[in-house]
Amino acid sequence: MTRIDQKFAQLRAEGRKGFVAYVMAGDPDYATSLEIVKGLPGAGVDIIELGMPFTDPMADGPTIQLAGQRALEGGQTLQKTLDMVTEFRKGDDTTPIVMMGYYNPIYSRGVDRFLADAVAAGIDGLIVVDLPPEEDSELCIPAQAAGLNFIRLATPTTDDARLPKVLQNTSGFVYYVSITGITGAAAPQAVDVAPDVARIKAATDLPVMVGFGISTPEAAEAICSVADGCIVGSAIVKLIGEGKSPAEVLAVVAGLAAGAHRA
Amino acid sequence: MPDDLINSFMNGPDENGRFGIFGGRFVSETLMPLILQLEAEYERAKTDETFWAQMDDLWKNYVGRPSPLYFAERLTEELGGAKIYMKRDELNHTGAHKINNVLGQILLAMRMGKSRIIAETGAGQHGVATATVCARFGLKCVVYMGAHDVERQAPNVFRMRLLGAEVIPVTSGRGTLKDAMNDALRDWVTNVRDTFYCIGTVAGPHPYPAMVRDFQSIIGKETRWQLEEHEGKGRLPDTIIAAIGGGSNAMGLFFPFLDDASVRIIGVEAGGKGVDDRMEHCASLTGGRPGVLHGNRTYLLQDEDGQILEGYSISAGLDYPGIGPEHAWLHEIGRAEYVSITDAEALAAFQTCCRLEGIIPALEPSHALAHVIKIAPTLPADHIIVMNMCGRGDKDIFTVAKHLGFDMKI
Repeated sequence: MTRIDQKFAQLRAEGRKGFVAYVMAGDPDYATSLEIVKGLPGAGVDIIELGMPFTDPMADGPTIQLAGQRALEGGQTLQKTLDMVTEFRKGDDTTPIVMMGYYNPIYSRGVDRFLADAVAAGIDGLIVVDLPPEEDSELCIPAQAAGLNFIRLATPTTDDARLPKVLQNTSGFVYYVSITGITGAAAPQAVDVAPDVARIKAATDLPVMVGFGISTPEAAEAICSVADGCIVGSAIVKLIGEGKSPAEVLAVVAGLAAGAHRA
Repeated sequence: MPDDLINSFMNGPDENGRFGIFGGRFVSETLMPLILQLEAEYERAKTDETFWAQMDDLWKNYVGRPSPLYFAERLTEELGGAKIYMKRDELNHTGAHKINNVLGQILLAMRMGKSRIIAETGAGQHGVATATVCARFGLKCVVYMGAHDVERQAPNVFRMRLLGAEVIPVTSGRGTLKDAMNDALRDWVTNVRDTFYCIGTVAGPHPYPAMVRDFQSIIGKETRWQLEEHEGKGRLPDTIIAAIGGGSNAMGLFFPFLDDASVRIIGVEAGGKGVDDRMEHCASLTGGRPGVLHGNRTYLLQDEDGQILEGYSISAGLDYPGIGPEHAWLHEIGRAEYVSITDAEALAAFQTCCRLEGIIPALEPSHALAHVIKIAPTLPADHIIVMNMCGRGDKDIFTVAKHLGFDMKI
């Protein structure tokens, strides 16, 4: 049982919805980023999603693209992202951390070495955008063998025929991408999302979290009312891009978390 | 003959879209269902005679195929060695080999009921070919082009606009071909239901590398029978040479010859300012290592942390940090050799070709020609080289003028 599984068991017991916050590791620099990450649990974040910067983030909109560029220009590397988690774990051994990104930096490091380092650092799960079930042997299966959750994206184009394949090797939770599009794009409507969440929940016992395009406490509340929780990234990352202080960023995160928890 | 099948180099990719460890389908879930649909549709089209009849008709009457196989007599004399033939794909409608593939993909898109076509382009040749075929069939066309390339390939931008395409300058990342491909993929994810992504090279997720190769293979198939017309029945080329960015013109020439052991196959990458640790080149095989980008595993220019590096070449069409996965495989198994040619060598070959053959080549095939010029003098007179003249140089005269210090005041 990973920290993610424990967290969802706890949320279920308390009858609460989950709130996941995404920030890009190393944005705008290592120290500021670490300070923000350390403050997330106190702002009401249930699960931290930590972006691994990549030069070519094909599924991300401009906000997260720029965050990745800022992080890389600030000298962020995969090693530093792992170090950041190690550092975070010194003060928090319960909040789950999911690393999200693209496959090449992991492949470049070597899958076995990466998984050993990720486990040692205290990472609980992985979301790798460009690894569909067709490529499960690359990382998904070795990651689960190493004790990490491998969280898969399901999308509006994942039809009933394909859904079992997407769910087959998924663990931790299912990340439902609420729109066809990139991160930070058009906002989803709860009324549109609800049937898809229901369709996925009918096919799995895993929690279904909804992300992409959620940017306000009201939207977070509305989406969480039809799912097990929601994920907010671009709306938080945008503030970091605007040069807001960690305190200012965390205040907005607290508002989003409160919105999600009202549901 | 099962033995021959087992030993064939022409069976790839496997059912997972792999050539050895290369290729695959490294895309987000949103695109995966469409990629599988495309694969199914392509498998149906491949064995559908009406599809190929339509292709043949368009190739002949719209593109002007077959393109000639031309004996470059003066160049052969000047170099005093091997006999040099040029496959004249620069004579195709739109001036390059790109249209061979675009026609196939657009016919597939229409079979799939897609009404909007997107494409990425570097030098603009693939963009122009896509805009052309979209105009021919009345389809909406959107072309993503790096802001830097929009600037250095202005004539092609204007051509695309004349043809009714919307050209979107890409400023994300560093505004180059790879960023144009990223933005095209982002568009596709967003508009997946009505949009078809017409990829210009033998890269991307399966089935693109195999599909684009199959459409471009017309180049090598024609070369086979045309050389027999010139040189007698059964005569194969001794060496075939083509330039490589993503590698579609090269794959098109190489593929029909992969199982002819006597044919030496050479791919020429863009060496830019020299293949060394400054990385001012686009020689993915010579200067890169395996990685995953744009839907496939292949050789990539990347740093030690797996971040993708920008390539550099005088030729916008070769300026890409990756290479088609089938080339990566042919390189690893040693069936094809891959070399690199610098900007300076390509420029010299460009001028030689103009002067001796009355052909203004594109900068891309000038790289292939530069390697021909290197090796032809060392080979006997009965050695036949076929190089792929995959594009004409009209688009490049501004770049070349600048490098030669000629002031084009227009």
